[in-house]
Amino acid sequence: MTHPYIPNAEPAVRAEMLAAIGVESIEDFYAAIPAALRLNRPLDLPAPMASEHELVRHMRGLLARNTDTTEVLSFLGGGCYPHHVPAVCDEVNSRGEFLTAYAGEPYEDHGRFQALFEYVSMMGELLEMDVVNVPTYDGFQATGTALRMAARYTGRSKVLVTAAIGADKLSKLHDFLAPDVEIVMIAITETGEAAEFTVDDTVAAVYLESPNLYGVVESRTAEIAELAHAQGALLVVSADPISLGVLAPPATLGADIVCGDIQSLGMHQSYGGGHAGYIATRDEPRLVAEFPSRLFGIAPTAVPGEYGFGDVFYDRTSFALREEGKEWVGTAASLWGITAGVYLALMGPEGMRELGETILARTRYAMDELAAVPGVSVKHAQAVHFREFAIEVADTDALLTALREHGIYAGIALDATTLLVCVTERHGKDDIDALVRAVREVQG
Amino acid sequence: MGAVGESFAKLPIEAKPPLRRFHQARWDEPIIFELSSPGRRGIGVPEAGVPAVELPAGIRRETPPALPQMSQLHVLRHYMRLSQETIGVDLGIAVGQGTCTMKYSPKINDRFVADAKIAELHPAQPEDSVQGVLAIYWHLEQMLKEISGLNRVCLQPGSGSAAIYANIAMIRAYHASRGEGEQRDQVITTMFSHPSNAACAKVAGYEVITLMPDADGYPDIEALRAAVGPRTAALMITNPEDTGIYNPRIAEFVELVHGAGGLACYDQANANGILGITRAADAGFDLCHFNLHKTFSTPHACGGPAAGACGVAEKLVPFMPGPTIEFDGERYFLDTDRPQSVGKIRPYLGVTPNVVRAYAWIMALGAEGLRQVAETAVLNNNYLMHKVLQIPGASAPWNKDRLEQVRYSWQALYEDTGVHSEEIGVRASDFGVHYWTSHHPYLVPEPFTLEPTESYSKEDLDEYAAILAHVADEARSEPEFVKGAPYNQTVHKIDPTCLDDPEQWATTWRAYVRKHLS
Amino acid sequence: MRVGLVVNPVAGLGGAAGLKGSDGADVQREALARGAIARAGERATAAVRALLATRPDATVVTVPGAMGEHAVRAAGAVPELVACTPGEPSSSADTRACVRALAAVDLLLFAGGDGTARDVLDAAPGMPVLGIPAGVKVYSGCFAVGPAAAGHAAAEFAGDTTEAEVVDLDEQGYREGRVGPRLYGTLTVPAVRVRLSGRKTGSSGAAPESIEAIAREVVARMRPGVRYILGPGTTTRAVGRALGAESTLLGVDVVADGVPIGVDLSERALLDLVEGHETDAVVSVIGGQGFVFGRGNQQISPSVLARVHGLTVLATRTKLAALGGRPLLADTGDPATDARLSGFVRVVTGYRESVPYRIVPASEECCG
Repeated sequence: MTHPYIPNAEPAVRAEMLAAIGVESIEDFYAAIPAALRLNRPLDLPAPMASEHELVRHMRGLLARNTDTTEVLSFLGGGCYPHHVPAVCDEVNSRGEFLTAYAGEPYEDHGRFQALFEYVSMMGELLEMDVVNVPTYDGFQATGTALRMAARYTGRSKVLVTAAIGADKLSKLHDFLAPDVEIVMIAITETGEAAEFTVDDTVAAVYLESPNLYGVVESRTAEIAELAHAQGALLVVSADPISLGVLAPPATLGADIVCGDIQSLGMHQSYGGGHAGYIATRDEPRLVAEFPSRLFGIAPTAVPGEYGFGDVFYDRTSFALREEGKEWVGTAASLWGITAGVYLALMGPEGMRELGETILARTRYAMDELAAVPGVSVKHAQAVHFREFAIEVADTDALLTALREHGIYAGIALDATTLLVCVTERHGKDDIDALVRAVREVQG
Repeated sequence: MGAVGESFAKLPIEAKPPLRRFHQARWDEPIIFELSSPGRRGIGVPEAGVPAVELPAGIRRETPPALPQMSQLHVLRHYMRLSQETIGVDLGIAVGQGTCTMKYSPKINDRFVADAKIAELHPAQPEDSVQGVLAIYWHLEQMLKEISGLNRVCLQPGSGSAAIYANIAMIRAYHASRGEGEQRDQVITTMFSHPSNAACAKVAGYEVITLMPDADGYPDIEALRAAVGPRTAALMITNPEDTGIYNPRIAEFVELVHGAGGLACYDQANANGILGITRAADAGFDLCHFNLHKTFSTPHACGGPAAGACGVAEKLVPFMPGPTIEFDGERYFLDTDRPQSVGKIRPYLGVTPNVVRAYAWIMALGAEGLRQVAETAVLNNNYLMHKVLQIPGASAPWNKDRLEQVRYSWQALYEDTGVHSEEIGVRASDFGVHYWTSHHPYLVPEPFTLEPTESYSKEDLDEYAAILAHVADEARSEPEFVKGAPYNQTVHKIDPTCLDDPEQWATTWRAYVRKHLS
Repeated sequence: MRVGLVVNPVAGLGGAAGLKGSDGADVQREALARGAIARAGERATAAVRALLATRPDATVVTVPGAMGEHAVRAAGAVPELVACTPGEPSSSADTRACVRALAAVDLLLFAGGDGTARDVLDAAPGMPVLGIPAGVKVYSGCFAVGPAAAGHAAAEFAGDTTEAEVVDLDEQGYREGRVGPRLYGTLTVPAVRVRLSGRKTGSSGAAPESIEAIAREVVARMRPGVRYILGPGTTTRAVGRALGAESTLLGVDVVADGVPIGVDLSERALLDLVEGHETDAVVSVIGGQGFVFGRGNQQISPSVLARVHGLTVLATRTKLAALGGRPLLADTGDPATDARLSGFVRVVTGYRESVPYRIVPASEECCG
């Protein structure tokens, strides 16, 4: 059988094409590859599935060995969140046109340009910022790039980074900012917020997360912005856009660059496959010049009333002040940008507000209920939390193992005694009550 | 009933004209904000069901975001229309995106990743609840080890460029571990290797030395000899290069670099024509990377999510991004105890949906199938080259054999007509196809780069070549018409002037409203 | 839009007659005697046709007769004429006079070769210019790639300009077999912006090519106490600018510790400045043939080079690519020096970017 994916593997077609070219065999095309470099045996790979049906059976067999979060009660977050994904999001991002397009000109792929322009525009409304990039890989990359942008913009090479940051993200920052940018940590207070610190004129940026690793919403952002600005440093804030229906956009508190992950906006958890990063700034040419990513803008066409699109500030790299640490542009996560746009259009301003209120309320409810359980203490209990909070227990591993017997994935262990618990709109009061009951039971 | 009236058209229906009478969807769709009407909603949200939280001022959002307010059908319809105004591989003959290996992404693989058993998995779940997905990661690693000949493969990077960066990070860590981190501060690459090799090396702090092509189009080996030395950290090289030319002295390149104590890193973005034919390890490479969204069929998704895979030789294994996925004969597990690791490249383990798709794709083909993929990609390319070179004004510099792609030139056509390669490409879009020119700077003048993968039929290639021939003809007879294109597209010719003017550019709708509508 | 046109009607004559150039009345007479036909007029017509096809409203302003009017009329257009009476056959002085007469235009097209470009340069035009290639030698950066391209570029000109080098051979030497360009100065030309409306997502912008980035790299590598000889050219001049100093375009300068210590130096003065000091030479590639020594920088003589430790060449990758794999050339006049210079040299192409590239003695390389 001619393989269904390879039309010209059909022998007669092959022969016809070889004859047209005027060569004897396909081997002739490989003449440039020295014999010593040739693999003179078939690759040692598993025997292929002979049909689509058999492939489906094989894959189903593998997938059956997974237990997914709809089969249990999962309170896992830690950067990858179980929010409801509207069916329309899945419908749009599984359209073959979007799914299998590359990134052509703004003519044959006009729809892609418009959809991405609309995505950045809706993000701009949420963030109250005028410039938002086409998505980068994930929130880790967004932070890494935002901090490098700040370093290039200020011509300085030190950043102050909140200690309320995930270990994996910090690992990425250490790798990505080396060797040009030095990282100095900002300590965390008892309330889970950034402690007092000083900024001098060697600092490129102060970096906060809000909500941070512990789900704590920073309450001193505006004050810290002033502290940074007084020394010519930028304030960079990572924020989950899903919180911004209720939380103040960082830009309104003085943030210069805002960044983060958009997985919450309509992407499934997909075992970590739903991430995409955003970076936003005000419309200041010198700051815009430091974006390594593409920026789309509206342009007129030859016909009145038509919206055309194109790359803004195409030559921007040649206007940038410093060549050090210029970054690359490449295939990243555009489809998730389109999807996040669909999500925001479905939700609208009211949906985003209602969602935020539900999450705030349920997070606080879960904190209060767990705080009442003997042997459990809720950390940073006085602070405002969004979606996540940390609890102290005697032994996280023992607790997690015991709760799994109840069909509950209770959270992510940050260390031997600290557990990070995530509550979204998918967790009803009953689900939270079930968690609390189970914790009470296994602690008792 | 009376006699049948005179008909205005007759059966049988005439044969179709040689070129498709294509017109792209033109819905004349407004920007989504213009579709908003106060009070409408696209989806509901669960009510809290527990007491509300009052936020203090300074934390609370004061003004609601000006997002569109639309009902569900209208959101869906808007995006359906935009999707129709986009041409994916599913619709077009996507041979024009050279270096990007646009191939068919089997639909069945999309079903696997939409399954809750993948889509609803959280990456921090206990290992024994994710044995299926860990098995897929582990087995795909084994397959890519065999395809590259290298010792381990990391599937964490989110794209090809991210994989190049991960490779550079490992190279840096390797030299640092030997006390040579400061000394080895140069990375060597070639002019026709992907520019991300140079860009990633610079981000990682390296000085970049680029080898120009010699008179035959190969990277100049004498120049390499002059460039290598105690400061050499690595050679980062694509082969075949973006010209489609395979460098037959590649093993000598690797040896020269090894002789100087450097590492050799193979950018295998262009691997589609050599799967099962020759391997990174066979030429002595220490590292390589593949793009799962190119060679291994995962969809390009309008520019991602993609996925990259880094292959490494034994001596680089300690530096791989962590954690690694291990198998003890019974169960799959994560090894997080990797003190020399460069750390995380992205959150969690990788772009899982694409790892699943790539695994399923290889399982549908096997060793024999992969070889057919490579051979057919090369056959298709040589067939298309044969057709394109018959078009007056088109050429393929250097007259060398090509594997899976060719960087062509319209220089002769441009000199005769003043029509640029970009303009030929835009006019070709009126027939439903696209092509890409080249990275900058253009070393091949008036370039276009075609890579017909194994997915396209002979008829597709004939059609594509006929479109180019037709547009080249038009350039000679009516250059102004070609320069005014497109005509059959969603929108007409765009005037990009405003996009470079800070007073005018609008990167978001709010910026547009502020600058142009207020 | 008002576009000026000057045609050097005898440009290209010598090439057709195998004379390696057309400068000088004797050569032109010889060429005509050999039956050569001037093609510059035809090429100018093609450019005007392309211009008017895109901008039918453009006014072409030119001089009467063979130096412009004929070519415009052949394109089916009516020129606006300004007074200027060229000789027959025309001379360099006529070209210069016509350029001056056409002062009131937005852009001046001229059809000719490097010699014509030099005449245009000598006339010090106050507006941007663009060459229609019609000469035997077209190595200067101020020419479009073809007549139609020149016409289209003129039509699309919106005010953005850049500097382009004017190089030309010493034609007497050329006919004697001693070949190579020298730099005469720069002209203001339209900045041709290659703009893809949709940049490929899969591409990292390779670092943009700019002579400023090259200059920054050179400056960053300068060591205290070392004297740097800067050869002629726009790129080496940018090095001076990056140091905050004025260095010359056509002359040879020396800087040390970031300060110019000699400007527009003779060989003698150079020797005095480098004697007893560690010295590096920084030179650029002159013209399209790859000369780095012996053309326009003879001051950097074999004696000077004998005292130079390090050599750095400056060029964009595009300029190197235009050599098509051919080596850089040294022709210092001393075979032993040329031999010593040959091998691979570090060509700085950008900030922290370089290309190892081959130099050979010009005598080993045929350059016709």
